Amino acid sequence: MAKERKLRILLGKPGLDGHDRGVKVVARGFRDAGFEVIYTGLHQTPEQIVNAAVQEDVDLVGLSSLSGAHLHLFSEVVKQLKERGCGDMKVIAGGIIPAEDIPTLKKMGVKKVFLPGTPIREIVDWVKKNVKPL
Amino acid sequence: MEKNTTDKILTGDVRAAARLMRGIEDNLPQAVEELRHLYEHTGKAYIIGITGAPGVGKSTLVDTLITSFRKRKFKIGVVAVDPTSPFTGGALLGDRIRMGRHATDKDVFIRSLASRGWAGGLARATLSVIHVLDAMGKDIIMVEAVGSGQGEVDISQVADTTLVVLSPGMGDEIQMMKAGILEAADIFVINKADKEGAESLKVQVEQMLDIIPQNKDKWKPIVILTQAVNEKGIEEIVKTVLKHKRYLVSSGEIKHRRGERARLELVEAIEHFLRLHVNELIDDDNFQSIAAALAQRKIDPYSAAEQVLNRTIISKKLRKSVKKN
Repeated sequence: MAKERKLRILLGKPGLDGHDRGVKVVARGFRDAGFEVIYTGLHQTPEQIVNAAVQEDVDLVGLSSLSGAHLHLFSEVVKQLKERGCGDMKVIAGGIIPAEDIPTLKKMGVKKVFLPGTPIREIVDWVKKNVKPL
Repeated sequence: MEKNTTDKILTGDVRAAARLMRGIEDNLPQAVEELRHLYEHTGKAYIIGITGAPGVGKSTLVDTLITSFRKRKFKIGVVAVDPTSPFTGGALLGDRIRMGRHATDKDVFIRSLASRGWAGGLARATLSVIHVLDAMGKDIIMVEAVGSGQGEVDISQVADTTLVVLSPGMGDEIQMMKAGILEAADIFVINKADKEGAESLKVQVEQMLDIIPQNKDKWKPIVILTQAVNEKGIEEIVKTVLKHKRYLVSSGEIKHRRGERARLELVEAIEHFLRLHVNELIDDDNFQSIAAALAQRKIDPYSAAEQVLNRTIISKKLRKSVKKN
């Protein structure tokens, strides 16, 4: 009975969002699903998030943005992850993101975007299905 | 992972170090293999343990200590341990939020660990993760963990200097009565010293320390008031830690403490191989049928265990698995 490896997930909020209620709900949901969640707090730069992701050796990076700078900030995170040799880390996103930006984000390398109101159950199920320990 | 992972880590490669730490946590055989190569390059770092009840301000304290040590050009590693939920198996690792300003300092490596069911506040992987940071060239490694009343004893076995952090109004008087905490601390930190009750808590701790017979040649624990959030008292902590270090070295006690740590590590390594063996034993049909017989009350647990272990097989298999791993 080999023990199943635990998933390590980093949740980051790049940019100038004023609150983090939503991402905290996701963090708790992930913990309740048996994942190990590292939350890096508000007002992070892409560089801070990527540094944390590398040090923590996470399998998944979840980005949340409410203030509209998602296209720039998320692409920075994806780019820097690749530069640090972490292109195998999957990136997902959530927050206030216009539906028409989703194809652009996907092209940048964001695997999935979860819009507000998505049940936590759905996000957890997606992670369980699509993310394996690296 | 061959020798070049060791070389990468020795030159400070963050990704290689982080990957190895993950392998250690997940008990991957190649990680154990890598640790064999790495071990001779460890032993240089100075380890500071920081423990205390949740909410006393440990992470904020660690954050300000990092700043203070960085001013002195020390390279820093931080291991922040948080409890795994016994119900869900998951964990919220939020300590590094308080250390955000160091997130882009190349000479600071912060690693969060979930306890994964390990009793006493630490994680099984803690010592090995410390070794990786040590081999990377960190001068000081801070280990932060929640104290559980008995947990403080564990952290003091891992650290050279142990800080026990208290805060007024948290019922710490009771905490302190719990076995081991008074003996475990080299430095008591009373954080949130601007709150009411801080001075009287300091007096209480000092009175308790007076009751313990002190050998005048040995280190007498010091009580320091801090307001980590305002960076007050931090310089005093740093100076006291460095003073404690000088004492440990000049008295020779550091050799004794590190000897204790080596013994602890050896026991853990032995248990590692035994655990692997147990995992093999409980993985087959023989085990299943004996367990079924036990459930039907056809046999008692101890006779059942002996059947599973069957003494001659254990020593043969154990020798094989030690060789293999």
